[in-house]
Amino acid sequence: MATKPDLLPGTLDMLILKTLTRAPLHGYGIALSIKRLSDDVLTVEEGSLYPALQRLLLAGWVKAEWKMTETRRRARYYTLTAAGRKQLGIELTEYEQMISAIGRVLRSAEA
Amino acid sequence: MIKGIVKTIEFLFRRKRFAADLDEEMSFHRELVEKALIAKGMTAEEARFVATREFGNAARLKEQSHEAVGFGFESVLQDLRFALRQLHKNPSFAATAVLILALGMGASVAIFAFVDAALIKPLPYPNPTRLMDVTESLALFPRGNLSYADYLDWKRMNSSFSSLDVYDGTGFGLQTPSGMEPVHGERVSAGFFRTLGVRPMLGRDFRDEEDVVGAAPVVLLSYGAWQRRFGGRNDIVGQSVNLSGVAHTIIGVLPKDFQFAFRGNGEFWEALQPTRECEKRRSCHDLYGVGRLKDGVTPQMALANMKDIAHQLEVQYPDSNRGQGASVMPLSAAIVGDIKPILLVLLCGACLLLMISCVNVSSLLLVRSESRRREFAVRGALGASRARLARQFATEGSGLALAGCLLGLGLAGVGIQFLLRLISKDMMVGMPFLDGLGLNLHVMLFAGGLAILAALLASATPIIQLRNSTLRDGLTEGARGAAGTLWRRVGANLVVIELATAMVLLAGAGLLGKSLYQLLHERLGFNPHHLAMVSIGLPDVAFSSDEKIVAFQRDVIQRASQLPGVESAAITNQLPVSCNCDTDWVRFVGKPYNGVHNEVNEREVSAGLLSTLGVRLKSGRFFTDADNATSPKVIVINEAFASKYFPGEDPIGKKVGDTELTPKSLREIVGVVEDFKDAGLDEGQWPAEYEPFNQVSDSYFNLIVRTQQDPATILPALIAVVHEVSPNAGVDDPATMDQWISDSNAAYLHRTAAYLTGGFAVLALVLGVVGLYGVIAYSVSQRTREIGVRMALGAQKSAVYKLVLGEAGRLIAIGVVVGLVGSVGAAMLMGKLLFGVQAWDAGTLAGVAVVLGASAMLASYFPARRAASVNPTEALRAE
Repeated sequence: MATKPDLLPGTLDMLILKTLTRAPLHGYGIALSIKRLSDDVLTVEEGSLYPALQRLLLAGWVKAEWKMTETRRRARYYTLTAAGRKQLGIELTEYEQMISAIGRVLRSAEA
Repeated sequence: MIKGIVKTIEFLFRRKRFAADLDEEMSFHRELVEKALIAKGMTAEEARFVATREFGNAARLKEQSHEAVGFGFESVLQDLRFALRQLHKNPSFAATAVLILALGMGASVAIFAFVDAALIKPLPYPNPTRLMDVTESLALFPRGNLSYADYLDWKRMNSSFSSLDVYDGTGFGLQTPSGMEPVHGERVSAGFFRTLGVRPMLGRDFRDEEDVVGAAPVVLLSYGAWQRRFGGRNDIVGQSVNLSGVAHTIIGVLPKDFQFAFRGNGEFWEALQPTRECEKRRSCHDLYGVGRLKDGVTPQMALANMKDIAHQLEVQYPDSNRGQGASVMPLSAAIVGDIKPILLVLLCGACLLLMISCVNVSSLLLVRSESRRREFAVRGALGASRARLARQFATEGSGLALAGCLLGLGLAGVGIQFLLRLISKDMMVGMPFLDGLGLNLHVMLFAGGLAILAALLASATPIIQLRNSTLRDGLTEGARGAAGTLWRRVGANLVVIELATAMVLLAGAGLLGKSLYQLLHERLGFNPHHLAMVSIGLPDVAFSSDEKIVAFQRDVIQRASQLPGVESAAITNQLPVSCNCDTDWVRFVGKPYNGVHNEVNEREVSAGLLSTLGVRLKSGRFFTDADNATSPKVIVINEAFASKYFPGEDPIGKKVGDTELTPKSLREIVGVVEDFKDAGLDEGQWPAEYEPFNQVSDSYFNLIVRTQQDPATILPALIAVVHEVSPNAGVDDPATMDQWISDSNAAYLHRTAAYLTGGFAVLALVLGVVGLYGVIAYSVSQRTREIGVRMALGAQKSAVYKLVLGEAGRLIAIGVVVGLVGSVGAAMLMGKLLFGVQAWDAGTLAGVAVVLGASAMLASYFPARRAASVNPTEALRAE
């Protein structure tokens, strides 16, 4: 099996928050969504996903409630809160600053 | 942040729910993964396998999620198990620490139970803080008695009390199947129980018109009397009972939990009718008052109000009321005033002991954490965080504290029972608040508080040390020196505290012990050994005239002195070594009188008293049986009387009378006797006059006999003699004079204080010395290599001794000096408990310092000897 690239450290929370901006999702839905949107490049390990979700819940950035799925199964759906949206903004800004900084360094190294 | 804490707490309470949610969520996830795999063409079995593998270790995953939220409840249990294993592995350490803590806890909890019952718990009446003890006061008696006439004026004129009542003790003769039995009765004004806020559980209270002369005699029973003497019958109300020959109607029964500390043993409570001779005179004081403050009136305002009234009465009735002030104090203060200082001293002593115990356990823990440095270094290296290691200490410390506390509670329970047994029956009567004393809620809360403190201390000590040291050092074998220095510094400070505290306790015990010795060796002025006594009460009806009483007394004295082994017998209305009380105001014929009250003790005694007690006559003569009702009145005075009122004169032949010198009251001084102790042991010598029983009789008195054999053996015969003379006479309180003195209030209080503080001091000494031994022994073990090097370089054994003992000596010296300062301070606070000894008594302090210093040096000698016998080659090779 080909090795998949690891997630950049600290980006999982941001990715989860981002996927929740469009609609509430359950844990599997979040994992699937990240996988699809990244064209199967990013795989979220379940082992990281659930602890991360608990962290976000604790910080008050997401809310969780039990709802029925289309297939009439009970599932826990996560919804972005206002605080979560704000946090996402902060993390995106920080991320972009970081990426562009890394980019600048790399380009200068090439030159 | 706060939200997070709330969630964490929520998690703690809803752990199960949380786990179930997570389980369901994850299995749902797994199902969907399986479905997706099957859709890709896998078999169901393959799909499950792959999904499970992808998902990873479910248990580990759950734990990670838990840790994200909670603080890892499971790991606390883990810590606890580990702690128990640790303690189990080292049982002697655990047992020592628990035992030391338990000793300190047990002592302080037991003493606290008494403090709580006596000083903290309110009196068992509604709004007890509004109840005041109200009496007249004199320069000599800050809390004197109240005269009936003054009481009526006080009641009428005051604006401070919503009600003011009086009470006094009395005795009745009750006819029982075994003969006439003297029983304790109380006389109270009609509103007494309403003032206290107590209602009879059966029948009714006194009515206002029932406490005036001529009203039909009525009586309330105590619950105990109702049960014991009347079988708890419900139809008792309305029945008649014969008390000292007078029929009383029983109107009710007092509640089971009713108590009145001043009159703890009262069985029959009658409405106080002012029929006594004393109550017809304003100058005669025989009552105590109790009042309930009006709303908004403070005790200070009430006192000012009563002083004002007393002053008005003083102006109005100068003869009887000169110098009569007023005293108003909370009832609770009047009840526990005597024992408050001793309780507080004991509580301080117990707390000091507890402090030593805690310090001792702390240093034990320190030594232990030293020896576990490697263990913690390894755990740290394997990834345990400092917080996690600290938690391990906290768990172990709390475990120790909890065990110590539980054992301490057990010890306290035993200790309370033991202390209660030390209190004599007579004293218990005055302290009904101690009934049913035990480990109640207050005491448990106090113990809980101590346990928390102990747990904090036991956990904090090693944690602080953990913070101060680098874990990496612990891994390196040879790096002991630095750590040892730290321990030596902290441990040495702890030992100084221990030694100083032990010094304070020892000095306290020494001073109290010396006080007790002084008290028991107070000059009595008579020979207290081989004296037996009983008290006798004659019912008024059968002994209606003085002649009958005198005849009875003559018979009793005569028959008692014929008992085998009896040398002489006598009668007195007040035993020696009781109190400066029962006083008389005297005035002298032919001397100027300015209206000042010359207060002297007044005792009515029989002719044989001097020879029976063994008191010497100084001049003149003592009474004979010829001094009787028909001959001129005579008195004998003591030396204190003679030197106070007849300085430089011969008092023989002088005449004494009452404040108005009424002819009837005049009596001639015929003799002077050496001072002997009328008063309590800790009271001073007062002037006293002795009057012949033949001339002034009393229906309550004591028979004293001097015996050749053990006086206790003759007591049954004495009782029999009294009943032979008259079956109507009540006999009580058989005792020997030695017992009487050693059971007296002053002796009891001082003895309890001295013995208990002594006990605490011995424990403190042992703990302090053991603590010192620990420090020195540890220091020696750490310096074995250094000592080895010194010896290899030529140091003599004596130099090694000097090295070790010098270190110990320095600690001991600091401890003793700090302790000396503390001791003098503590002793000054003991104030009244010290008798005949100063707070800075040099002999005691020096003696205590020597005892402490010597035992401490002895404790240091053993490690010093071990150090001196170190074999240099072995010491050097060992590292």
